[in-house]
Amino acid sequence: MLARLFDGAARLVPGEAARLLPQARIGGPMPWVIAIMVALTVISAAAALALDNVAENARAEIAGGITVQVVEGAPGERARQTQAALAVLEADPRVTEVRQVPQEELSQLLEPWLGAGTLEDEALATPSLIDAQLDNEVTAPVLRDLRAKLEPIAPAAQVDAQANWLGPVFDAMRSLKLLALGLVALLALTAAAAVWLAARTALGSNGDTIEVIHHLGGTDGQIAAIFQRSVGIDAFIGGIAGLLLGLAAVMLLGAQFAALGSGLVAGGGLSLGDWGLLLAVPLIALVLAMITARATVLAALRRKL
Amino acid sequence: MGTGAGSIVEFDNVGLRYGTDREVLSDVSFTLYPGSFYFLTGASGAGKTSMLKLLYCAQRPSRGVVRMFGNDMITLPRHRLPDVRRRIGVVFQDFRLVPHLSAFDNIALPLRIAGMSEREITKPVADMLEWVGLDHRADAHPATLSGGEQQRVAIARAVIARPEILVADEPTGNVDPEMAVKLLRLFEALNRLGTTVVVATHDVHLLRKVPDSLIMRLDKGRLSDPTGALRYPPRREREAN
Repeated sequence: MLARLFDGAARLVPGEAARLLPQARIGGPMPWVIAIMVALTVISAAAALALDNVAENARAEIAGGITVQVVEGAPGERARQTQAALAVLEADPRVTEVRQVPQEELSQLLEPWLGAGTLEDEALATPSLIDAQLDNEVTAPVLRDLRAKLEPIAPAAQVDAQANWLGPVFDAMRSLKLLALGLVALLALTAAAAVWLAARTALGSNGDTIEVIHHLGGTDGQIAAIFQRSVGIDAFIGGIAGLLLGLAAVMLLGAQFAALGSGLVAGGGLSLGDWGLLLAVPLIALVLAMITARATVLAALRRKL
Repeated sequence: MGTGAGSIVEFDNVGLRYGTDREVLSDVSFTLYPGSFYFLTGASGAGKTSMLKLLYCAQRPSRGVVRMFGNDMITLPRHRLPDVRRRIGVVFQDFRLVPHLSAFDNIALPLRIAGMSEREITKPVADMLEWVGLDHRADAHPATLSGGEQQRVAIARAVIARPEILVADEPTGNVDPEMAVKLLRLFEALNRLGTTVVVATHDVHLLRKVPDSLIMRLDKGRLSDPTGALRYPPRREREAN
């Protein structure tokens, strides 16, 4: 496709004729518009990729996890049902790992809310917890089956998939990722609109030159190639500037998030492929700008004789 | 009318109107043959420029038939127009030089559009610049050229690709009499090489300077034939025989 895009340019503009249109270059707005669009696209795309990585890592970590809470007030009965549930889970072929969460760990979990030493107080009944890891994703039928197995021997046991707890977090992340992708699409549309507007303006202000080229036997493709080349150079300059700006912002933000040290955020690092995708943004912008310029010019020329 | 064998342009009952205005050309019929030299005369507003626009494919007629190089110009698809236009050289009344290009590049433009390489272009363009006396202004841009110099660049651009038809709208309007004669000699030289030349002018003195020329006169959009240019063979050949 790129070869086809440049085909007309190669025929008409081997050198001097490339200057058929006056070039504003850095002085004109187009490289700067494209630079800003590319920078914002790189930042938005990086945000979308980072959120996707966070969600993926978290999901992979808890995909097969279930938690069994034995909510029983009487300590003896609670201990009995807990042991019974542990036995059922250990015997289940789908369960790869199971452990009762130790009392000390529970105390540490609850300490921020209930204060130190609360669990030693017999008056405050706290459920016992079992963590289990299944060999596959925890689906609704699997949960139903486990609940059915535990019901007769541990009626106080409540079985939940760990993924369910983080469901709202994943939903929020998915929304943010879609928002970032939406922004990327909007920025691409805006960039295309800016190129369309610039090409239309250039067509208007170079109408006489275009007419002359037509009268000398120039084809629409040759004329479109002149504009395409001009927009392509602007997009290249703007794309590189925007990429550098965007990458600097992404690295700065990445360093700040990494300094937070949070487990969830730590999973949001960008992979080599992600960086490759970000590096491709200016190239995509270049192709998009050239296609838009060509389509705009050809559509306008089609209305002339 | 309009079925002449070997003709390169045929107009048959052609009318042209812009929008819904009255016709600026009406019932125009003639045939142009290869190697002929025509003057198109008429008062201002007679329709000379409109007729030239039909000849260099800037307009399609509102009615009638226009055939150029065997193509029906009413039905010819738009994408095939460039091929027809490359066989026509045009000298515009207002020159229409590309303002951002030097005299050299303006003259080279038809050759570049035709796909010639830079190596093939350099010598003919330099020769042409020398011929029109502008070799010392090759790098000058149109804004820095006088009216006469611009006109010479426009003429050089129109003839550089050796067109089969040369259409010129008042080509000597901005040059001194000496240069006007020189330019007419260039047109004659091209004509001798087989190019059909159509020069629109209201300068009656110019007509006498090309004795073998034929004259088409436009009056209020209608064509008259004082030299028998519209019949074939032209009157002088009929008389000679």
